[in-house]
Amino acid sequence: MTALLVDGLAYAYPDGHQALFGVDLRVEEGERVAVLGPNGAGKTTLVLHLNGVLTAGAGRIEVAGLPVAKANLKEIRRRVGVVFQDPDDQLFMPTVRDDVAFGPANFGLRGADLDARVKQALDAVGMADHADRSPMHLSGGQRRRVALATVLACDPEILVLDEPSANLEPVARRELAEVLLDLDRTMLMVTHDLPYALQVCPRSVLIDGGVIVADGPTRDLLADTALLAAHRLELPFGFRLD
Amino acid sequence: MQPFHRPGDTPVHRLPAQVKIVTALVFVLCVVATRRTEFLAFGLYFAVLAGVWTVARIPPVWLAKRALIETPFVILALALPFVAGGPTVDVLGVAVSEQGTLAGWNILAKGTLGVLVSLTLAATTSPRDLIVGLQRLRVPAMVITIATLMLRYLEVIAAEARRMRTARICRGHDPRFLWQVGATARGIGTLFVRSYERGERVHLAMVSRGWAGAMPDDPRPVGRSAWLLGLVPAAVAAAVLVGVSL
Repeated sequence: MTALLVDGLAYAYPDGHQALFGVDLRVEEGERVAVLGPNGAGKTTLVLHLNGVLTAGAGRIEVAGLPVAKANLKEIRRRVGVVFQDPDDQLFMPTVRDDVAFGPANFGLRGADLDARVKQALDAVGMADHADRSPMHLSGGQRRRVALATVLACDPEILVLDEPSANLEPVARRELAEVLLDLDRTMLMVTHDLPYALQVCPRSVLIDGGVIVADGPTRDLLADTALLAAHRLELPFGFRLD
Repeated sequence: MQPFHRPGDTPVHRLPAQVKIVTALVFVLCVVATRRTEFLAFGLYFAVLAGVWTVARIPPVWLAKRALIETPFVILALALPFVAGGPTVDVLGVAVSEQGTLAGWNILAKGTLGVLVSLTLAATTSPRDLIVGLQRLRVPAMVITIATLMLRYLEVIAAEARRMRTARICRGHDPRFLWQVGATARGIGTLFVRSYERGERVHLAMVSRGWAGAMPDDPRPVGRSAWLLGLVPAAVAAAVLVGVSL
């Protein structure tokens, strides 16, 4: 089944700046896809369309068959779980448990069901022992994992991660990758951390100038030095793929 | 900023938020409606509050530190006896205005009791529960939304201001010197823009998790005993008010 279908998506910001010029993307259930691209390529704009925060100027988006439209917004936001780049933007409740419960409670879960969902999400990211602490008192890597749990708790059809590896120390980065690989969910990962994309996502799409310019196995894309260079991307110092 | 909430597990903490909000409101209304010359009544109100603190295990010093917010009003109250007109009386050889003294006492007594009631409510109820309590009392949704966002953004703005201050200090700025206050003032404009942008991101993150203006609530019916127990301070205050007004 198709988890996500984006067809001819175009969007211009109210100030007239055109960010997307017709994006086509199809993600099948269970796929993990990295969205690569330089700063300003339209990656985040694309993400904000997936859960209906921005409304497309043209084109259509479907999440597991349901079109993104005003009438379906609530269900769309449950189906599309967005983990934002800065966990501090996401976490705001006094305890980790409250924060993880916020999403599913908004979608109508109560009582024992809600408690079970919270526990499940915290177990999935290995943070169950910290349920009663304040998110403000956790380390950067722990906060990132709790932010992931707040979205997992909504049981989304597709998980969208915006720069998940940003600002993480190497160990926290690896731990997060292990959590992501264990989740077994459809995943869209926006990043310009190319080795991370290779580690987590078998498939990548490259966005630049508001269109998708390449789509294929991550390894092939990253080995194409000329393609990367044409779009202001490059592997970090010391990395080779050939 | 010192935290106003003091987590605990006392009977006062366990009361549903809406009960505490109603009790605090009724109590303050009673205080305000009391004639300023009923000195005994104010003493009784204070005793009731002290009783609540004992049950809730709130140390008076903890409250006193946070009550400093009242200082500007205290200064006004202390100035009134000397600046107000009308007939004067001699206190230790100093002529003070009779009306001014009573007016000052009025501000001081009612203001202090009001601040202490608010602090007691805040100390025993988490910010989130306060919002949920207002929601259960059917306060209009727009007010709830504003309160929720304010609560969320206050922290955001304070954190943003702290980071900017650190960055300034690292570049040799010393805000203790008066002539460097200009940089702080100019920073306020930047602070506004940064907070606004961060606020927007926070809002997006909340909306993305299905937030539609109301905090998720688990409406457990509140038993009559909780209301009866919770309203005791308000009932005592009302009795005092009726007693001194008759």
